[in-house]
Amino acid sequence: MENQATATASSDTKSASQLPQLHEPRNAGMELDMDWVAAAQANTSAIERRAKTLPGRRSVKKEYQAAWLLKAITMIDLTTLSGDDTWGRVRRLCAKAAHPVRQDILDALDMPPITTGAVCVYHDMVETAVKALDGTGIPVAAVSTGFPAGLSPLPLRLQEIRESVHAGAKEIDIVISRRHALTGNWQAIYDEMRAMRESCGDAHVKAILATGELGTLRNVAKASLVCMMAGADFIKTSTGKEPVNATLPVSLVMIRAIRAYHARTGFRVGYKPAGGISKAKDALTYLALIKDELGDRWLQPDLFRFGASSLLGDIERQLEHQVTGRYSADYRHAIG
Amino acid sequence: MTVNVKEVFDSMTYGPAPESSAEAMAWIKEKDGKFGHFINGEFTSPAKGFATRNPATGEELAIISQAGKAEVNKAVSAARAAFPKWSKTKGHERAKVLYAIARLLQKHARLFAVLETLDNGKPIRESRDIDIPLVARHFYFHAGMAQLMESELPEAEAIGVCGQVIPWNFPLLMLAWKIAPAIATGNTVVLKPAEYTSLTALLFAEICVEADVPKGVINIVTGDGKTGEAIVTHEDVDKVAFTGSTSVGRRIREATAGQGKSLTLELGGKSPYIVFEDADIDSAIEGLVDAIWFNQGQVCCAGSRLLVQEGIAEEFYARLRKRMASLRIGDPLDKCIDVGAIVDPVQLETITNLVKTHGGDGEVYHAPCDMPVEGCFYPPTLITDLHSASPLMQEEIFGPVLCATTFRTPSEAVQLANNTRYGLAATLWTENINLALDIAPKLVAGVVWVNATNLFDAAAGFGGRRESGMGREGGWEGLAAYTKPKTTAKKLAPVAPIAAPKSPVVDGLDRTAKFYIGGKQARPDGGYSKPVYGPKGHLLGHVGIGNRKDIRNAVEAAHKAAGWAKTTGHLRAQILYYIAENLSARAEEFAARLGEMQPKSKKHSGKAEVEATISRLFTYAAWADKYDGQAHGVPIRGVALAMKEPVGVIGALCPDEAPLLGAISVMAPAIAMGNTAILCASQAFPLAATDFYQVLETSDVPAGVVSIVTGDHADLGKTLADHMDVDAVWSFSSTPDLTATLEAASASNLKRTWLNQGQARDWFGKDGEGREFLGHATEVKNIWVPYGE
Repeated sequence: MENQATATASSDTKSASQLPQLHEPRNAGMELDMDWVAAAQANTSAIERRAKTLPGRRSVKKEYQAAWLLKAITMIDLTTLSGDDTWGRVRRLCAKAAHPVRQDILDALDMPPITTGAVCVYHDMVETAVKALDGTGIPVAAVSTGFPAGLSPLPLRLQEIRESVHAGAKEIDIVISRRHALTGNWQAIYDEMRAMRESCGDAHVKAILATGELGTLRNVAKASLVCMMAGADFIKTSTGKEPVNATLPVSLVMIRAIRAYHARTGFRVGYKPAGGISKAKDALTYLALIKDELGDRWLQPDLFRFGASSLLGDIERQLEHQVTGRYSADYRHAIG
Repeated sequence: MTVNVKEVFDSMTYGPAPESSAEAMAWIKEKDGKFGHFINGEFTSPAKGFATRNPATGEELAIISQAGKAEVNKAVSAARAAFPKWSKTKGHERAKVLYAIARLLQKHARLFAVLETLDNGKPIRESRDIDIPLVARHFYFHAGMAQLMESELPEAEAIGVCGQVIPWNFPLLMLAWKIAPAIATGNTVVLKPAEYTSLTALLFAEICVEADVPKGVINIVTGDGKTGEAIVTHEDVDKVAFTGSTSVGRRIREATAGQGKSLTLELGGKSPYIVFEDADIDSAIEGLVDAIWFNQGQVCCAGSRLLVQEGIAEEFYARLRKRMASLRIGDPLDKCIDVGAIVDPVQLETITNLVKTHGGDGEVYHAPCDMPVEGCFYPPTLITDLHSASPLMQEEIFGPVLCATTFRTPSEAVQLANNTRYGLAATLWTENINLALDIAPKLVAGVVWVNATNLFDAAAGFGGRRESGMGREGGWEGLAAYTKPKTTAKKLAPVAPIAAPKSPVVDGLDRTAKFYIGGKQARPDGGYSKPVYGPKGHLLGHVGIGNRKDIRNAVEAAHKAAGWAKTTGHLRAQILYYIAENLSARAEEFAARLGEMQPKSKKHSGKAEVEATISRLFTYAAWADKYDGQAHGVPIRGVALAMKEPVGVIGALCPDEAPLLGAISVMAPAIAMGNTAILCASQAFPLAATDFYQVLETSDVPAGVVSIVTGDHADLGKTLADHMDVDAVWSFSSTPDLTATLEAASASNLKRTWLNQGQARDWFGKDGEGREFLGHATEVKNIWVPYGE
């Protein structure tokens, strides 16, 4: 494993996921528009119905499925966020990020090399990851701001962001203060988010709403809008540590907010569901949801990511099945 | 074809995802592509017929036999022969048969789904995820009804042989809606599937054999409209159930008039889809996909009239157009398709022509979807800025065409929504529960969906008001369509008035009975009266001879009193008690008068009749606040509220054999339930009713709630049945041969009829009151309210 990681670090493969280069202007944000926030609606049962029927409405088969799954890999933020993470563990993950699919499978599918969208770690592991990914073009994302609860003092949270950026993180996943959302203090959410975005500098910021702790889908819709108004580059469902993480209904609410924000401001904000997406089939459903609700432009790693750790393994098995016609086994694929 | 994975990786397009038709085609091939009828448990040899085609490709699937009179006769005879035993079969035994059918449907679910899609053109997702599961659900639900019938409906029995004709838009689902309740309650059936779509009905027939359905209980004959006509007009068919167009439904009403058949019709619609400004707009737009692009819009309850609050209209239309552009139209067997094929080139032409001819009334937007080159396809279409007079806003298009206009206020939304001859379904979107629960009862529709659309379940009745038909399918309310009260039929002899004596006895002061219209005594419009004599030759008074205009005036007055429907049951109860109290105060006078006007041979004394009348008023005062609706247990997180609503304006020909009790037995349930009533007094003994208006006048009955007219039952009845603004006609008249005329005339606006069919009723006994009357005085509206925050 260590060897492989070393090999990765020295690799200068330009990953396919970075091509073609897309230049999307960063979301500049806007003044907090409380009229808009107050008018946000989310009818839970209707949203659940749409989400429930979606897998039955869209189906992607054979080579198309393989292509979509490969695309899904390029959108994965390969993640490790455990108390027992070590440098070795992170290097192994980085190696997997740079070579997520066995070469013979890629060859059989006539595909150039691909990488995952990013590697996502705690601040302490940023430096290790940046080094391990040197030359791969894969950005390192750091979870920040007192992750996952977001309860440390604001100046410390902002300082944490700056240090992660300084350590080489190109993306910062922040958590919003659920207490402000639950008490309707949207101004406070907006102000914090603004400050965090500023602290990020050129690094892109993903706002984690922790939707499992917001109580209602209506709150999810409002929090989505407020974070985008405050300049979030991405909005993200969960830390992965809440009792309920990414779900299709929550996703529907968030991407509809993204669509509305784009229609009003012209800025495209990215979306990242995180936690609980572990099957290739689920990934396909998410991609179909994005395609139908937001359009093809969002089906690129600069606007869509999966926050997932075990999804890649299932996709690898599905890809081997596509190539060989036989069901695969997990030990046939390198662990990350 | 080899697909370049890298290219798809870059383009992220959907590829083909075809469902295999191999098994379904093999099933057809097994039959050599030719099908006979299913009569008396066996398939007949395939006979001369017609081709059934796959509308997506035009390819011929099979040859279906055309049933003529001979085949229909055979099928009806088989059903007749099977009826006595099946109707007496224990409920539990019938339940086992329905359960077996449900299980077999599930076991062959995919075959049914693929066959349905091949024959009809609907997307496989819909046949697989909606139609077939609902079919199985219907048989499960009604297996339960068979099981419970003896204990829960002890007074009900099967009607007999049911002739059922169903449409092509939900071929197997409509079969289930017809057959399941019919056989659950002990009827036997002859069913004809639509000409375009017979295949799943024939596969269902095979399943009947496996489910051990006794021979003759279910018969399926195939053919075109002529076959349907032979079934519905067959003299040995007791009950006709039809789902299809309003024009055919009207013809069936006319053709079966006077044949003594029970009739349920589920007809067309132009259902409103109302979006208030506080709605979850994206969800409301997604709802439209399920409302008007579900089954290519070929849905009787399709939300085809979009009414959007003006302030959000432009934004709504813009987002809707965007959503429409992402709909996928094409091969119905593709699992990634939203909109499939139109059922037949004829239907495609109808849709195309309607939009071509009238599209100019508004602004037409065809979704820029990739269209298949061949086959019957029509793009999802939105027509905005339509005025309510446009034929596109009034006529059922039965295709993927949404017609839109705007409204300013909730009351204007209701006004626009109800501005139609139809009354099948309605959808409304708002996040405000006050608004939703205020508007839903005001919409003239059998089904209302709040923040949802096109939800169906066997536990909730489905059916329309106005020209969308009569009767309900599903739920407890649906059983009324396939059962009748257990009674022993007794012929009703005509009751003649007392003939004019040679030399009438005239004593006392002249008494002039007038009409009672709009809370006032009114002279007959025609200016004619006739004398009424007692059995001893006394001239008891004169009554007016009512004409068309008197009925017209009474109907107008009844509509002015529409607020009665919104009063509370408690208030109506108090008024009914008060009527009883005031009648009681004059009991002796009324008793004497009843004695004076009727022959001495009468079984019940005047006193007994007044007593019974007072009791009857108490009965309905009691019921006024107790005939509750239900909260149906539908399989969603939410409720389907089955609300009992008044029918509207009821015109009734009152019984002659009990002139006071009969009139009140008709009036009291009607007004207790919130209807307004126009009573045509007993023709033979009209004074009993005209005396009564003085009681009404002193009892706080609001003007127009009850009108009383005297005259010739045949004349008045015909005028009432013809009247487009009367919702129901009841007749308990002893005038012979009224049924055919009244039923035929009722086709004008497809009003409900409840006629005695020449049979007597014991007005003094239990048949003279109760749930049967309340059932006819109400319509069930199912309001679906999903919830969750």
